[in-house]
Amino acid sequence: MDDIPWHEALFDTFEATAIGTVVRESIWAFPIIEAAHLLGLCLMGGALLIVDLRMIGIGMTGRRIHELSRYARPWLIAGFLLMVLTGVPMFLSEAIKAYFNRSFWVKMITLPFALLFTFGVRERMAKNEELQTSGRTRLVGAISIALWFVVAAAGRWIGYS
Amino acid sequence: MIHRLLEWVGQTPLSVSLLESLYVWSLVETTHVLTLAMFVGAAVMMDLRLVGVSFGDVPVSEFTGRMLPWTRLAFGLMVVTGLLLFYSSPLRYYYNLFFRIKMLLLVIAGLNVFVFHTRIHRRLQEWDDDDPPPAAARIAGFVSLGSWALIVVAGRLVAYNWFDCGIQPQPGWVNWAAGCILEP
Repeated sequence: MDDIPWHEALFDTFEATAIGTVVRESIWAFPIIEAAHLLGLCLMGGALLIVDLRMIGIGMTGRRIHELSRYARPWLIAGFLLMVLTGVPMFLSEAIKAYFNRSFWVKMITLPFALLFTFGVRERMAKNEELQTSGRTRLVGAISIALWFVVAAAGRWIGYS
Repeated sequence: MIHRLLEWVGQTPLSVSLLESLYVWSLVETTHVLTLAMFVGAAVMMDLRLVGVSFGDVPVSEFTGRMLPWTRLAFGLMVVTGLLLFYSSPLRYYYNLFFRIKMLLLVIAGLNVFVFHTRIHRRLQEWDDDDPPPAAARIAGFVSLGSWALIVVAGRLVAYNWFDCGIQPQPGWVNWAAGCILEP
């Protein structure tokens, strides 16, 4: 144990946690949690896209950005919480595999940017009741889709390596 | 008959190279999952409106009209990538219990769309702004939410071989439902 770096040792500790061990040793736990993770993805995907597409100027253009964002926000948050709640136990069950997995790091490094952008930039912008489609909203909608696309695609790719 | 046909399909060079490819298969599956998030996600948002839980001030026609091309695009990509995945290993999926459950659920979801489209949606102008919508639309929304959630779960579990015919003994109903041909 002495010759591995502290961050790798940290991931060993994650893997040894009670939750990680329970999930790893059960046949059903991981697949069921994984399925719930996918349900969270759908919820997030729908809540994100309705607003992002609208900001780009396509989709539900008959309503204001502000209105769609207000309705979609609780579902976006709910989807995200479900993903965290299911993602953490999956991670703990195979933390060492994740440590050596490039896709895992791509996902985890992109995730904070996606979160910051969506809740810090996009949702703040959408608080404006008068917000209309413009070059600025198109850019914001496109960046939001791109960031979450990387998170989701890298997430799926964790399982392939 | 079906067995022989699928066996032949699985031996075609394209099917073999798709299954054995390093990245193509993974790319197809990733596209399947991402378009799934797009399609089911959009469907769920509309269902929330239909059951009367959210988007109350947004007319239903915004979902069934302006959003529809994007939902269709996602659905089309999802079907194409799904067919490709099936094509890569037809026999394995044909005898997979979860795959069969998923196909059954897809029929239910499809029938629900058909009924919604031909009956409930036809009189949309009468209830476009109603929140909550009429009972028939709410039922269609609930059926859609339930069937798509189960389709996603069953689809994810297709990847696991717990009930595969090659793994015996299994309970009788599993072998029956998965269509296993057992050697005596």
